[in-house]
Amino acid sequence: MSDDILFELLHSEIISYTLQNADEKDKEKKDEDLSNLEYIGFSTGYRIIERLTKEMARFKEELDTMKFICTDFWSAVYKKQIDNLRTNHQGVYVLQDNSFRFLSRMSSGKQYLELAPQYVTFTCGVIRGSLANLNIQCLVTAEVQSLPSVKFHIQVQRS
Amino acid sequence: MSRSTRFDTKKVNSELVTLTYGTLVAQMVKDLDNPDDVSKQLDRIGYNMGIRLIEDFLSKTGTGRCLDLKDTADKIQTAFRLYLGVQPNVVNWSPAGDEFSFILDSNPLTELVELPEDLKSLKYCNIICGAIRGALEMVQLDVQSWIVQDQLKGDQNTEIRVKFIRRLEDAMPAGED
Repeated sequence: MSDDILFELLHSEIISYTLQNADEKDKEKKDEDLSNLEYIGFSTGYRIIERLTKEMARFKEELDTMKFICTDFWSAVYKKQIDNLRTNHQGVYVLQDNSFRFLSRMSSGKQYLELAPQYVTFTCGVIRGSLANLNIQCLVTAEVQSLPSVKFHIQVQRS
Repeated sequence: MSRSTRFDTKKVNSELVTLTYGTLVAQMVKDLDNPDDVSKQLDRIGYNMGIRLIEDFLSKTGTGRCLDLKDTADKIQTAFRLYLGVQPNVVNWSPAGDEFSFILDSNPLTELVELPEDLKSLKYCNIICGAIRGALEMVQLDVQSWIVQDQLKGDQNTEIRVKFIRRLEDAMPAGED
């Protein structure tokens, strides 16, 4: 229905809205506050996964869930699959996307590297939210060394 | 169901926009105390999206200048189809021919949405009004746009009214002459 560009524009507007809002709240702080942005991602992920998986069989184990995130989920939302999935089999997963949707249109030099966190935070939230609704509590962080490639680190919280 | 289920990407994309937008609105309602402020922010966000969206629209459709306001209305109708997958009717022309309405019988943005009682004054779809205003400003048309009817408030359809204000003239950049 709606075109891809709509989501991309909406995404960048969400970033600018949350940053602006965080600025107004706390002018003193040096680091920008991305927690609201992450939370918006979380809620979105929490809801979207429910609609995507409602017809699917239950995942057998954690690794299955991660594989689903890397393949079907990623290609539905980010138009390609995750390029590399690594795990230590103890609850740490690293998902690498070599051409991340929200970074692929930016210059691949170093120029915008420091802005990259803004563009991956929403997605960290989406991953966390999706997994939370599949009953995996985790911490998700992102690491960008050179655009447009990004690594998402997922650390599962064992209770 | 096998694991290799391919999703209907168009549907997923549309739901993604709907849900993301919904979360954004929810966050705004939390951040700002007043629903009117939220409506204003939504309009501003729509405006920002509109001024970029028009570029995409013009390059995808290869359409030329609008001859008159009727033509403009037709083209916005095309844009609705392209971006939201709905075909609104253009109705209720004012006698002077400077105002018209889009009637949407379904609105993808408000799917899965219900407004709680205390937010009845929130203009949930204001983003569309902003987008129309922003996009038209980039083709030198100054318009006003607002919501007349809203399905979220119990109306039969969603009606978005557009009023032509004036044609924007090319201004000489400051210090050029």
